[in-house]
Amino acid sequence: MTSTLLISMARLLRGIGCRMIERTWRLGAGARLFFLTLIYSGESFRRFHLTLREIYFTGVMSLLIIIVSAFFVGMVLGLQGYNTLQKYGSSEAIGVLVALSLVRELGPVVTALLFAGRAGTAITAEIGLMKTTEQLSAMEMMAVNPIARVIAPRFWAGVISMPILAALFSMVGVLGGYLVAVPLIGVDDGAFWSQMQANVDVRDDIINGVIKSVVFGVACTMIALFEGFDAPPTAEGVSHATTRTVVISSLTVLGLDFVLTSFMITV
Amino acid sequence: MDRTTIDLWVGIFVALGVAALLGLAMKVGNLTSNKIGDTYTVSAAFENIGGLKPNAPVKSAGVVVGRVADIKFDTKSYEAVVSIKIDKRYDFPKDTFANIYTAGLLGEQYVGLEAGGEDDILKNGDKITQTQDAVVLEKMISQFLYSKASEAKSEDGANAANPKGDVKSSKESSGEVKSTELGDAPF
Repeated sequence: MTSTLLISMARLLRGIGCRMIERTWRLGAGARLFFLTLIYSGESFRRFHLTLREIYFTGVMSLLIIIVSAFFVGMVLGLQGYNTLQKYGSSEAIGVLVALSLVRELGPVVTALLFAGRAGTAITAEIGLMKTTEQLSAMEMMAVNPIARVIAPRFWAGVISMPILAALFSMVGVLGGYLVAVPLIGVDDGAFWSQMQANVDVRDDIINGVIKSVVFGVACTMIALFEGFDAPPTAEGVSHATTRTVVISSLTVLGLDFVLTSFMITV
Repeated sequence: MDRTTIDLWVGIFVALGVAALLGLAMKVGNLTSNKIGDTYTVSAAFENIGGLKPNAPVKSAGVVVGRVADIKFDTKSYEAVVSIKIDKRYDFPKDTFANIYTAGLLGEQYVGLEAGGEDDILKNGDKITQTQDAVVLEKMISQFLYSKASEAKSEDGANAANPKGDVKSSKESSGEVKSTELGDAPF
């Protein structure tokens, strides 16, 4: 009785230890890939059209989903915010509410979540399949560095695209909020913009939002790249890696958002 | 896909991003409204600045004429010294009066300047001598409650001196007292 209990306990502990070691190993491997990417970036910049191509696939092709969702997020913010604010007789503050929540939080975070779903999965699946079909090994055989040729352009494309997409998200969201608040509900046009301008600070709000989106860009792209690079070379392995990309990117973005916000909001 | 087409799309994408950022800074942010040209700095000492913060607006007759640049605590006089940057276009007389007001009941605090009548104007580095402190809501409420408590006490004393007085009439009179008290609140 006691021996079976001991054995099951030992098995449980072994399971925890095994998982812990595996996670730590993956974290280290991810960090190694990150540094290698940075080291070989110069080499990949010499063929900059590769990065441009990736910006086209990750950034330009994500425009539609970003703009449409930003528009709806802004409109919902306008409706919900008005509903609450008018109870306190300050419905003119709707512009501030929409702009601050978009610029500070929703712009960077929702963009990063959509980016992880739209572009991150594509990156993971592509690189995972390249590995499965031994294209990466073939490159090495031809003395082409796969990190400089495949990983680095995708990394920089993600890092460049994310702040642009987040800025577009915030701007389109503000326009969506404007559309609901001013023509639809009838909040005063001048009060909407002037209250917004009086309360949104360029450095504290807009630049901090851009910093956030750059950090999310690095995190999301790096996670997607590593999961693809590390995927077991089977169909099942690539599918698991793609799922993990979305889960880990989303959680990382939300966690990082809290950490960054707590650094930025210091009174 | 053709390389030139990709270049074009990426160019459009980056231009859109830059335009969105500029739009955020200009239309949403305070990049345009925050800019005041050349300024001169004057200082004013307050005993209590309430919740005044750096970069708060300085208004005269409701028009923004400057910004609060810096707030320091003077360890000699135990006062807050507020440096104010005023737009060079606006001159104020030496005996200008500086108040700290609150926008709305619970809004942000700002410095209000009321021009005096002197001919000499304020120059860079001058000090505004006539100031009025921020109204602190807690202080006001505690004063009000204190005065109310003391009046209630004196009323009790009056009732004790005249114990056979009609209960109903005393209640009515106390109600009257209350209403006048509200009217004469120490605001």
